[in-house]
Amino acid sequence: MNSNNDILQVQNLCVDAIDRHGKTMPIVCNISFSIAPGQITSLIGESGSGKTTVSLATMGYSRPNCKISKGKVILQDEDLLNLDSSQIQQKRGSDIAYIAQSAAAAFNRALTIGAQVTEVAVLRGLMTRQQADLRAVSLYNQLGLPNPETIGRLYPHQVSGGQLQRLMAAMAMMCHPKLLIMDEPTTALDVTTQIEVLQAFKRLIREQKVAAIYVSHDLAVVVQMADDILVLKDGRMVELQSTQNILDNPCQEYTRMLMDAVPQLQLPHISHQPLTAAAAAAADKLTPDPVEKCRLENTVRKEANSDVLLTLSNVTAAYGSNTSTVLKDISLKVNLGETIGIIGESGSGKTTLGRVISGLMVPSNGQIEFQGRVLNNTCKQRSREDLRQIQFVFQMAETALNPRHRIRQILGRPLEFYLGMTGRAAEERIVELLDLVELSAEFIDRFPRELSGGQLQRINFARALAAEPKLIICDEITSALDTLVSKAIIELLINLKNRLGIAYVFISHDLSTVAKLADSLAVMRHGEIVEFNKTGNVLTPPHHEYTELLLDSIPKLRTGWLEEVSGLVYNPV
Amino acid sequence: MDLPLIVIRRMAIGVVTVLVVSLLVFAGTELLPGDVAQAILGPGATPESIANIRARLGLDQAAHIRYMHWFGNLLHGDMGTSLVSGREISVLIAERSSNTFLLAGVTALVAVPLSVLLGLIASTRPNGRIDKTISAITLTLISIPDFLVAVILVSIFSVQLGWLPALSTIRPDSNFLELARMLVLPVTALSFTVIAHMARMTRTAVLNELTSPAIEMAILKGVPKSRLLLVHALSNAIAPIVNVIALNLAYLISGVVVIETLFNINGLGKLMVDAVTTRDIPLVQGCAMLFCAVYVLLNLFADTISIVANPRIRHPK
Repeated sequence: MNSNNDILQVQNLCVDAIDRHGKTMPIVCNISFSIAPGQITSLIGESGSGKTTVSLATMGYSRPNCKISKGKVILQDEDLLNLDSSQIQQKRGSDIAYIAQSAAAAFNRALTIGAQVTEVAVLRGLMTRQQADLRAVSLYNQLGLPNPETIGRLYPHQVSGGQLQRLMAAMAMMCHPKLLIMDEPTTALDVTTQIEVLQAFKRLIREQKVAAIYVSHDLAVVVQMADDILVLKDGRMVELQSTQNILDNPCQEYTRMLMDAVPQLQLPHISHQPLTAAAAAAADKLTPDPVEKCRLENTVRKEANSDVLLTLSNVTAAYGSNTSTVLKDISLKVNLGETIGIIGESGSGKTTLGRVISGLMVPSNGQIEFQGRVLNNTCKQRSREDLRQIQFVFQMAETALNPRHRIRQILGRPLEFYLGMTGRAAEERIVELLDLVELSAEFIDRFPRELSGGQLQRINFARALAAEPKLIICDEITSALDTLVSKAIIELLINLKNRLGIAYVFISHDLSTVAKLADSLAVMRHGEIVEFNKTGNVLTPPHHEYTELLLDSIPKLRTGWLEEVSGLVYNPV
Repeated sequence: MDLPLIVIRRMAIGVVTVLVVSLLVFAGTELLPGDVAQAILGPGATPESIANIRARLGLDQAAHIRYMHWFGNLLHGDMGTSLVSGREISVLIAERSSNTFLLAGVTALVAVPLSVLLGLIASTRPNGRIDKTISAITLTLISIPDFLVAVILVSIFSVQLGWLPALSTIRPDSNFLELARMLVLPVTALSFTVIAHMARMTRTAVLNELTSPAIEMAILKGVPKSRLLLVHALSNAIAPIVNVIALNLAYLISGVVVIETLFNINGLGKLMVDAVTTRDIPLVQGCAMLFCAVYVLLNLFADTISIVANPRIRHPK
């Protein structure tokens, strides 16, 4: 690993955090690794492991209130940490380039894309404006961007997230950098987009002989990209090995835990209800016999009607003045105690569906029945009892929970509002709720900021439970969490589902997560449900074309997968 | 929504604002204690002569009719005549407004660039020594009432040192040097108040941008510090900065009564104060409507700039 032609050598790197009183505390300690041209080293770990801090430090940068305290970052025989701030600023953009996690946030929204891509090259006098524009267009071409000649004239908000992420790659590659740092560059993307972007990045790195650092918490993605993997935990190196070695025989228990937490789809899955499975298979367009199909569908309906909790009939919804329809003619049934997984990529309308059910958004058409009664469209018109029965859990617990309220107040409010519980009874119930979400009673007097992301999400969920609802809508509740934490939350949900018999509508972009939990899956695309069936059937081949695309797009935990997948497209007639 | 449509809608809101303010101004002057006829004729007036005057001035008509009459004339540019001097109000206002606009214009020329600059400097190193000094000074200045600042300035530069005149009675025949000498103290006193506000808002707006991921990205792609501040941060902070500037300019036109009175500048503020003391209601109403128009226009201007500066509106998807 330590050959002489390494582009980057990091030696004993340490970064300190400085608090308000000037006290320092090490957050990253003794990190050493090196990268050869055309190679990718990946930093993986959970949030707080220091992976972003390390990657920024290799650019000689530390965030406000942090300081690089020790070590060397040698880029081609020159220690970056010995340079002063203007010298190092000269290196950035030309020798070292950076691709940030969220391109949507990292692009300046007031300037055109082209101006930002070519900015530094022209500013440094490395290229004339014409040369820079030409180079940019050729990079757009290499990265497979649409309309490479004119895309530079657009503003960031005018292109999609996936395109923006690739445009940021073009910005990074502009001046032929020797070192490229990518911080979770595909986390904000859909799985199908992710593949194209990963392939484009990898090709560019190999062709231009760039040394690259790839930061991610997603082990399956890392395995596709990295030659070496450096596992970090609490700012320290756990292990550094080649990707294949990490996969085959990880030395450390922690690495093994990370690998085990990667959600894996168990395919195919034999259903426990043979009749339903047969019926659903018949409903698939691949079985053509209409008479048989009808008979079996009726069987399903009869069986379902016995204890239907929620029915959506022909629900259509649009934002603005009906210009952009986000839900088209959606019909859906949820039985008592059943978990429906709603799967789809960004823009598929899955969150809107959740909002319509909860009354946060008014459908322009169609109706919602709950326990055999038609529900009012807006939550303002719904009775308190109706509100109580359907609860919503939001993705970001940090923003959904009032930072100035203690857990006692956060959980006490729904108890008082819906159930009229106060005082001693409420207090006992809060402790019970905490116990349900596997938190100890001592949390009752804490503020949200004193809790970790996973704990906050548990409180967020407990708040929904407090209302004793029949249905809980979970909108991407694990997508902001680390793999290990997310796994624990899913296990909690499964456990509670069995104990309390609550129905869930579980919205997620991540098929592997939903498949663990859901009895039925609804696959959404462009505001329509393209497939709705028992989970086992959805996952058993033959799949619906679009479902197959989604399934095929999930990175597998083995090397070489990225090279095998190609031409994944879905073109419905 | 399209850009022209948004601007037109914003203008319509401006028109409605003027309409509402005209109602408030009219109602407010109705509520003023005392009777104009009584004020004109003095304490010895007979009831008959008072009734006479009231009829002549149209004061015997119902309020809503008078309002319609007044507002209708206003739309034609006819603000009526002063009850005290009998002269046309539009002429009175035109005479006085040149002084006010001169004072406001010079103050704006000094204060706007200076405060944006101070705000930018303060935002480069938040909580650094320079930032803290600027913060301390601007906070102190914003907390001291402007008349006190003016009095202190006068006592130092006019009374003690004798460098500058204490009164700034601008005459049509004043030459440039006299004018400049007269304006130094009132402009300084006014600047202190508005600079503090604008500089602090600029600092906040720019600082808000400087902590955004886009700025971290710009640092990491090697953009030099000056460009970071002037191009990357400022381009996104334009809207809030322009808005606070507009608010302060409007204040300079309408809110300088105290300074005008102190320095004996014959401006609009002083005109209005005099009109109030003589119960010259049409003149009070005229001044109030002019101030309202200035506020509405400046804010309309600022909002239009913020709308145009937003690429999301300029270039919809």
